[in-house]
Amino acid sequence: MILWQLFISFLKIGFVSFGGGYAVIPMIQHESQRYGWLTPEHFQQTVSLAGMSPGPIATNSATLIGYQAAGIGGAFAATAGIVLPSLVLVVLIASFFYKINSSPAVKSSFYGLRPIITGLIIYAALHFGFASGWSSLLQPSNWLVLLIGAAAFMAIVKYKTHPLLVIAGSAVLGMAFF
Amino acid sequence: MKTSYRYQLKTLLELFLVFFKIGPATFGGGYAMIPMIEREIVHKRSWISEQELDELLSLAGSAPGGVGVNASTFIGYRMGRIPGAVAALLGITFPTFFIVFAISMFYSRFGDLHKVQAAFQGIKGAVIGLIAVAAYRMGKNALFDRTTIAVAAGALILLLVTGLNPVILILCGLLLGVLIIRVKKHLGLNTRTEKERPADQDRQAQIEYYI
Repeated sequence: MILWQLFISFLKIGFVSFGGGYAVIPMIQHESQRYGWLTPEHFQQTVSLAGMSPGPIATNSATLIGYQAAGIGGAFAATAGIVLPSLVLVVLIASFFYKINSSPAVKSSFYGLRPIITGLIIYAALHFGFASGWSSLLQPSNWLVLLIGAAAFMAIVKYKTHPLLVIAGSAVLGMAFF
Repeated sequence: MKTSYRYQLKTLLELFLVFFKIGPATFGGGYAMIPMIEREIVHKRSWISEQELDELLSLAGSAPGGVGVNASTFIGYRMGRIPGAVAALLGITFPTFFIVFAISMFYSRFGDLHKVQAAFQGIKGAVIGLIAVAAYRMGKNALFDRTTIAVAAGALILLLVTGLNPVILILCGLLLGVLIIRVKKHLGLNTRTEKERPADQDRQAQIEYYI
């Protein structure tokens, strides 16, 4: 029944995955802990793999989590679950609510939603950087990871470096220093 | 009748193939796909106009789901109704599905080697950076008055302290927005719901701004 559970969980996430990509990581994490699909450490590795792969992060994460939890079948179930809402909602919006974005109700909903999504993404970043809580600050190896993170941030925001280059550069730095 | 059927199949196949190509060529998530979609769909194939793409992207960005996946599905639907939407969605999903697999196979085979682990430590740093970039871009557009900053801080604290289900948080956010705007209107306060932007802002920044 794990396949059905994966499908339904990711379907649910898909329907509320406003902000896409990194905003869904905390949602996936929540479900993953609830059903015990992966250990927290394993979860981080999986999201790292999803982040370094090409394509959409949310879909990649779903594929990998599904795979880790229940093999190939799980990967299909989770991926189908997360993309199905896109299909349904896009078709609905395209055929009936083309002007939905200019409706005042939608505008005021998004006024409350956008900061929440910002909070979710900051949470995802913190959770990734300080996986073992405050004690993460006591591990010198974790400082180095955070330093690479800060450098990656600067490279993308300030120097507009291509994400692939940033990922490759970080891999080389990791090999040199760890 | 037969020719129109063949024509339809050809469109579906083309939709599938175009998006099949875009997925593997983009790194760093959905927003990285947008310039590529623009080149393939607007400039190379003239399937839709630039202005139409802007409208599509604004909808794709605010609907739930990844912006890249949504935009592809939208374009597919425009070109070939529901079968078109399915073709585009499959096209954008399939290649990365298999690439992700290949990478994960590699990892489970070589993940125990010291140098592979070291590289992954570095990549973990890069992923933290990428997430921080997403937070920064989102925050730059979402947090423009005291209310939005307070809501974001409240959400973050709830997540850190209580382990609340993020799905519930999102649903609350939708209601909260309506509620706050109502109350503000009642009190006669400023009810701007979006950040003001200069007219000459470049497109990429505009796109980032939708949700």
